[in-house]
Amino acid sequence: MFEFCSDPSTLERLPWLACYLTTGTHLSFYASFGTVLLLLAITAPVALAFGFAAAMAARSHIAPLAWIGKLYTLMVRGIPDIVFFLFVPIAVDQGLEWLRSRALCDPSVPVRQGNEFVVCAAAKLPQSTAAPWVHDIYAFGLAVLAFAIVFGAFAANVLYGAMRAVPHGQLEAAEAYGMTPGQVNRRVLIPQMWTFALPGLSNLWMILIKATPLLFLLGIEDIVYWARELGGSKTSTYAYPHGDWRLWYFLVILCFYLAMTAISERVITRLSRRFARGQATVAGAAQGAWA
Amino acid sequence: MSCAQTLQDYGLRAIGIGERRLPTTDFTLCEQVVLIGSGLIWNVYFAALSLAAGFVLATGLALAKTSPRALLRRPAEGFIFLFRGSPLFIQFFLFYSAVVLLPRDGIDLGAFTLPTSTLSKAWLGALIVLTLNTAAYSAQIFHGALMQVPKGEVEAADAYGLAGWARFRRIVWPTAMRLAWPAYTNEAIFLFHATTLVFFSSFPAFRQSGDALYYASYIVGKTFNPFVAYPLVAAYFILATLALTALFGVANRRLNRHLPGSATRLRFRPRLIR
Repeated sequence: MFEFCSDPSTLERLPWLACYLTTGTHLSFYASFGTVLLLLAITAPVALAFGFAAAMAARSHIAPLAWIGKLYTLMVRGIPDIVFFLFVPIAVDQGLEWLRSRALCDPSVPVRQGNEFVVCAAAKLPQSTAAPWVHDIYAFGLAVLAFAIVFGAFAANVLYGAMRAVPHGQLEAAEAYGMTPGQVNRRVLIPQMWTFALPGLSNLWMILIKATPLLFLLGIEDIVYWARELGGSKTSTYAYPHGDWRLWYFLVILCFYLAMTAISERVITRLSRRFARGQATVAGAAQGAWA
Repeated sequence: MSCAQTLQDYGLRAIGIGERRLPTTDFTLCEQVVLIGSGLIWNVYFAALSLAAGFVLATGLALAKTSPRALLRRPAEGFIFLFRGSPLFIQFFLFYSAVVLLPRDGIDLGAFTLPTSTLSKAWLGALIVLTLNTAAYSAQIFHGALMQVPKGEVEAADAYGLAGWARFRRIVWPTAMRLAWPAYTNEAIFLFHATTLVFFSSFPAFRQSGDALYYASYIVGKTFNPFVAYPLVAAYFILATLALTALFGVANRRLNRHLPGSATRLRFRPRLIR
């Protein structure tokens, strides 16, 4: 990074630290905070979409659709989420490779041979010739899917409850105006449910933030991975030898998460005040009185 | 090998009793069911002890948080913020990496020696982290409940001449528990699920004695087949969660026994990883 870093063994304390903190691996460590934020940015809307679809399905008048929606929301109840995080990526990966192997390989060869899961080279996902970044994206995509499935089920719970909390009179009034069921949903139900959904969704957001270190379990090079890599003691064969510094790296991560949750809490307080405006609730009425 | 033999060999494998060597190939369904079930002992152990210890600590913390004295209130608020604002996963890592820095052969504290090497073992180290974590979450719940105790009840207690400790023990605390119980049930289930994190967060499994998920992931690692072991874990946890809910339901009915019809059915409203 800096020119004076070319020979680390000659450096004194402050320049040594400056050079140490700007090595290539440290830059990867800083970039991995971006990975966490990227996961949050992608997972939150995808999970919300999953949850919305499931909540609408659970409200459906078509029985099988309603069962699927309800089963999906019940699924995460009683099962630790980590089970899903471990299960979904490997299950989806094997499922996709199995489908591809039926199409691209000799279908008479079974994929399970003893303790091995084997597909021919053409069915491999991603292809073994693919660039490293393709492998990274694929692994990250599976991680996002696992997060979205779990958090989608939680969001479905919240949204289903919020839809039921919208005063029935409002929906009936909309019907009385001659709106079709679709119009009632779009114009009344969905705009009105957010104020009821917000406490649950904000709780979910906090939980999502605190679930991001589990990326490490999915084999993504995230902040936990780098903290363990960089913090472990380095002998003098390394350019920057030091003792076991994992504690300090984990303290940095801890502060990162504390800051994330503290900031989120502030934003959520503001949002809930914003959403309460004009609602037939105590909070909404209180704001009306001030306005 | 018969299933009864497997049960004898591996039924208590997780706590170091029975056959030491784990099967490595050709897992029968029986072996998977028994091994994962044996791992569940650890989940129950962690959940039961940390809930019990966390409950006491949480009551103290909640009281400290209601205190008008900043000297008591501030540390309690800080503790709750620290443990609720950061992921449990990171707390495990942080605790472990702090403990391994301590001198290996213990710290002499005059009266007794702090067994630093034991702190890095899952059975004690993870238990401490889980206890502190659930104490923070429960304290927040209890604090909310203490704030909701009807003023009339406290005034009535005053009128009867109850004050101080007697008023707290006989009026405020039972009512607060009654109000907090549904949320606390959630917390207990949540903590029970969180115990699956222990052996995935730096705490080593001593002699391959781990929890239910540890064995499941061991089996999946050997067989590359996630479609048996993980659903088995899921089934075990659904059953255990139902049992836990029933247990807390009994307590809920007892707390509400003077108010017929007010004991609402407890439902687990899931929250996720902390």
